Amino acid sequence: MSIWEYANPKRFMQTSGLLLPWVSGLTLACLVAGLFWGFFLTPDADKFGSTVKIIYLHVPAAMMAISAWAMMVVTSIIWLVRRHHVSALSAKAAAPIGLTFTLIGLVTGAIWGQPMWGTWWAWDPRLTSFLILALFYLGYIALWSAVENPDTAADLTSVLAIVGSVFAFLSRYAVLFWNQGLHQGATLSLDKEENISDVYWLPLLLCIAGFVLLFVALVLLRTRTEIRARRLSALLARERLA
Amino acid sequence: MIPDLGKYAGVVMWSYIATIALIAALVVLSLWQGAKVKRQLREVEERQGRDHG
Repeated sequence: MSIWEYANPKRFMQTSGLLLPWVSGLTLACLVAGLFWGFFLTPDADKFGSTVKIIYLHVPAAMMAISAWAMMVVTSIIWLVRRHHVSALSAKAAAPIGLTFTLIGLVTGAIWGQPMWGTWWAWDPRLTSFLILALFYLGYIALWSAVENPDTAADLTSVLAIVGSVFAFLSRYAVLFWNQGLHQGATLSLDKEENISDVYWLPLLLCIAGFVLLFVALVLLRTRTEIRARRLSALLARERLA
Repeated sequence: MIPDLGKYAGVVMWSYIATIALIAALVVLSLWQGAKVKRQLREVEERQGRDHG
């Protein structure tokens, strides 16, 4: 069996239909458990007080905002190279989800930044590249809506996804490239000294799993809608020609 | 039931409210769009099935 079998819309609909209830259930379980654990059962941090509870939202959302764009880049390249429609439609389906995660990252960051940094916003390298990523998401969604021919729209948005990957990459590694700005380094690290304390780490890991699963569930759901919408357009076009 | 969040209670609560609102809006919109397209497709398939049947 090859992964390319899932490029067949019928096969994708069958498999995603089976997976979706399980992924949705697991998403709900991870999010409820992780957020409950993080919000109710973890202590305040010495430096940040109770605002440490925002990491259970901010960190997973920011990670998924960048990962969603990475997924869109991969599926866009697959579209450009192999012309599989499911691939292009899954990139289209992922964009509003990525935009929502980016907005959550920006909003929770601003709410946290006001008491901690004394400002809602700073033109810090990571914050700025993250804002540009949000604008790329908006541009990507607008481009899909603006072009009537779906194959041309898929071609143009694929190129945009590849160009935007620069900012997705920068928003992840800006802290390392420019040793300046307000945003602190990575919350999760393989270095035990740098990694977040164990008491916050486990619920955070559960929340990250919840956000990943939420992304997968929504991509499956929205790709199924896109496949149906494409078939609907084809049937309506055939009806008009008859 | 809600833990004592001290002077940052507003900051923490608004972060959770904003996040839950954004995710809920996305989920509801995705489900609504999915149900709408599914219904439209079923109607067109039934109509075309009748016309060609």
